[in-house]
Amino acid sequence: MERLVVIGNGMAGARTVEEILERGGRDRFSITMFGEEPYGNYNRILLSNVLSGAEDEAGIFLNSLPWYAENGITLRAGVRIDRIDRFARTVHADDGSVTPYDKLIIATGSRPFVPPIDGMRNPKRGYHQGVFTFRTIEDTRGMIRYARDHERVVVIGGGLLGLEAARGLQQYGVAVTLVHAAGHLMNSQLDAQGGAILRKSVERLGIAVELDARTNAVLGKEKVEGVRFADGRTIPCDMVVVAAGIRPNTEVAELSGLPVERAILVDDHLRVLDEPDIYAVGECVQHRGQTYGLVAPLWDQAKVLADHITGRNPTASYHGSRTATKLKVAGVDVAAMGITAPEREDDEFVVFAEPRRGVYKSVIIRDERLVGATLLGDVSKVGFLMQAFDRGLPLPEERVRLLFDLGGPATEVSAAELDDAAQVCNCNGVSKGALVSTVHGGVKTLNGVMDATRAGKGCGSCRSLVAQIVEWAAGGEVEQDPSAAWYVPGIPLDKPALMTAIREHGLKSVSAVFDTLAGGKEDAKSKMGLVSLLRMMWGDEYEDERGARFINDRVHANIQRDGTFSVVPQMKGGVTTPAQLRRIADVADKYRVPMVKLTGGQRIDLLGIRKEDLPAVWADLDMPSGYAYGKSMRTVKTCVGSDFCRFGLGDSTALGIAIESKFQGLESPAKMKLAVTGCPRNCAEAYVKDLGVVAIEGGRWEIYVGGAAGAHIRKGDLLATVDSPAAVITLTGRFLQYYRENANWLERTYSFVPRVGIERLRALIVDDTEDLGEGLDSRMEAAVGAYRDPWKEGQEPVVPGQFRTALPLRSLPLVPVRAGNGAVTGPVPAVGSAVAGPSNGGAQ
Amino acid sequence: MTTATMEHRLGSVTALPVGEGRAYPVGDEMVAVFRLRNGELRAVSAVCPHAGGPIADGLIDAEVVMCPLHQHIFELATGCSKTGQPPLKVYPVRVDNDELVVGLPA
Ligand SMILES: Cc1cc2nc3c(=O)[nH]c(=O)nc-3n(C[C@H](O)[C@H](O)[C@H](O)COP(=O)(O)OP(=O)(O)OC[C@H]3O[C@@H](n4cnc5c(N)ncnc54)[C@H](O)[C@@H]3O)c2cc1C
Ligand code: FES
Repeated sequence: MERLVVIGNGMAGARTVEEILERGGRDRFSITMFGEEPYGNYNRILLSNVLSGAEDEAGIFLNSLPWYAENGITLRAGVRIDRIDRFARTVHADDGSVTPYDKLIIATGSRPFVPPIDGMRNPKRGYHQGVFTFRTIEDTRGMIRYARDHERVVVIGGGLLGLEAARGLQQYGVAVTLVHAAGHLMNSQLDAQGGAILRKSVERLGIAVELDARTNAVLGKEKVEGVRFADGRTIPCDMVVVAAGIRPNTEVAELSGLPVERAILVDDHLRVLDEPDIYAVGECVQHRGQTYGLVAPLWDQAKVLADHITGRNPTASYHGSRTATKLKVAGVDVAAMGITAPEREDDEFVVFAEPRRGVYKSVIIRDERLVGATLLGDVSKVGFLMQAFDRGLPLPEERVRLLFDLGGPATEVSAAELDDAAQVCNCNGVSKGALVSTVHGGVKTLNGVMDATRAGKGCGSCRSLVAQIVEWAAGGEVEQDPSAAWYVPGIPLDKPALMTAIREHGLKSVSAVFDTLAGGKEDAKSKMGLVSLLRMMWGDEYEDERGARFINDRVHANIQRDGTFSVVPQMKGGVTTPAQLRRIADVADKYRVPMVKLTGGQRIDLLGIRKEDLPAVWADLDMPSGYAYGKSMRTVKTCVGSDFCRFGLGDSTALGIAIESKFQGLESPAKMKLAVTGCPRNCAEAYVKDLGVVAIEGGRWEIYVGGAAGAHIRKGDLLATVDSPAAVITLTGRFLQYYRENANWLERTYSFVPRVGIERLRALIVDDTEDLGEGLDSRMEAAVGAYRDPWKEGQEPVVPGQFRTALPLRSLPLVPVRAGNGAVTGPVPAVGSAVAGPSNGGAQ
Repeated sequence: MTTATMEHRLGSVTALPVGEGRAYPVGDEMVAVFRLRNGELRAVSAVCPHAGGPIADGLIDAEVVMCPLHQHIFELATGCSKTGQPPLKVYPVRVDNDELVVGLPA
């Protein structure tokens, strides 16, 4: 077997290896991959989503560690290659190892370009601690950590990366200024007018923009204090992100005597010039004078390289890529291809601009061929334009048809119109042909096709096109993902059907449900939802199985990232007493609680409690559970109300306490947060609660439902205005019960209420048009009657070892991290490792 | 396998409720032992490779355990992750005279 060594385990390196494996490479090569980053290959494009919090780090990996092992690849993650010895045919790594090769692939990508700016680097300490670049997971983590406790960030660079960084950082509450040296944003893709419209859209997002601003200094010695421009102006800030472009990573090639100009020179087979056994691929190559900074060209290169190196097609050759980009930048759709402005006298230039909506479209035509196009804000025509640009298709006489669909069945045509080879998902390199053959291969749901091809799993801008193509390919027979309607993934029934079946068969435990409705096949992901449903349906008669509960519900506390728990005692309506406070303080001292914190729901949270201490903590507190851990009624927030407040119109505190006492601990499809406020000043934020009550003039009360103020913000809809606290309690009970019975698992009221419609809810709940009221009331009474304080379990654990720790006793060995100077430092301290005390004790 | 492993006794199996897991320190390792609904036992390393979550606190079915912190999923029989994480280690486990016995590499 030949030895194949790959330097660089990024998007190009890993994709090329995938293509090689697909061509039977496993039988031909024993493959070793070196990657400086200490992980498997991930989708770098999605770092923007990680930064903005839209995606978890774990979700962006394309090749997990087991993938390498399964494919017989030796992965040397966290190891950098310093030098290639072309004569001995070996690579030398920074860990001292020397690895021989028969064939070598260089895929070292790019690194951030950092212009010379005074004060950015300290010759001894490297980058100023408040200065960041944006290329790797490590960079992204660093920015997130830093942005959390800083206030003003300047992002240098108004291209794709800078815009993404600016948008992402806003999520951490920092004020963002985007500083760009050129006269308009994204100047390599957009013309000046398009750039101006993009600027408006970006400013509308709350990002300040400075153009024609060349940064020449970072101010501040210990801390970053600001930046200074060439014209002398300064902007204060405490964090700087440099996103001023990229440079091909050619250091190793250069040191090893390979031909390098702007990047490593390759021929049409992606072979390094005059080196029969060394190939290069990705952003580190220069092919026919071109370098690339987007992923689409990589996919073409990887195929050619694989065809050639495996001998599958020794004449395969790469002729360069015409880069047409389709991106979502800072939430704005952008597509650009070819030239950005007319260059010749007789170039046709067709422009449409609607700045108010952030829409801009232009095309440039030369000799009846499309040579450039820019779309901003509305990219519905991108499919056809990209093809016309790629293949030189004939263009419609009425040029306006290039920019708009004028009448006719527009979208279907465009899915059909597209050529099989046309790339639909640029992020993952999926063509229309690949989507169509997946559908014809029997996958008939959108999610199924997306999973199988990875299309639409990058920046997401192609998702609607993917949906259109799938629909078209399935001849209109797209199957709705049946599982999307199921209440839980493991049982093929929606909620009404599931409830009917449960009632019919009298299923009172989770295992009985699996046995009867899923052929005995348990499903871990379904258990929590089933527990909640069964408890709602059967109340006291529900047959508990501890193993079916989520850990929070096994130990009645909220698990934290380090495996300890948070304890929140009940504090109805946010009202407490000196005696309670004293007890809480004593508990915090006695158990050395690391953090005591006021919650948004007007209670006190004791964080960092060890599982084995929970029963003792509860006993010492001698207060009931506040249910801050479950999918249940959490709390009723109140304002001071009429007793003390000058403005109070109704006794909100008393009503809040009454509501909380009545519905405490009630399980529900998702958590429920309530509030009662004594006047429309809304001090208790009742308008943005699952159910909020507002006292108004004349002793009347308004009830709002479906509000939210978490990741999603929504003002509740007015359900009813009533005359008495008693009426508030009745309607609250009815609404909560209706929600419990009809909402999907984990469906918060802010989606449930609009789904059902406030008019319909009002008819059912307030006007009782279908005679549901009595039933809802009595089922709610039964549920309320079944309430028991779960913290009483502390006195007598229900199962052995209920409160035994599951935490490790030592720090965990993890992949070594690399310090700035390239030396391997010790293992990353793992979260949740430093726990004292024996783990086998404490089984009370 | 028997030659290379060393067996450790972890006390009565009745301390391990059906459908749940418990963590045990064994030598230098932390081992999570689960009792499936059909009575079978499974033992895997107790620390989630994702971010150190307590695997023994996870929800299980006949095939997998789901870490309580971020819901990554691992096969109990092989340790392999179904959600792209590095694998858990798997250990042989049995009951002898009502006592749990796990085997770790000696
Ligand atoms: C935040 C962000 C958003 C982006 N968004 C888009 C987008 O929307 N659309 C788009 O088309 N493109 C986008 N890109 C660009 C895209 O990610 C790159 O084009 C692509 O990753 C290039 O792949 P590559 O393999 O050539 O380089 P890389 O993915 O950078 O991989 C190179 C790898 O080689 C390793 N390496 C380097 N030197 C050595 C050495 N000496 N020894 C061992 N290992 C080494 C590096 O550590 C790295 O892991 C984005 C990039 C970023 C950073
Ligand atoms: S720690 Fe286990 S899933 Fe994150």
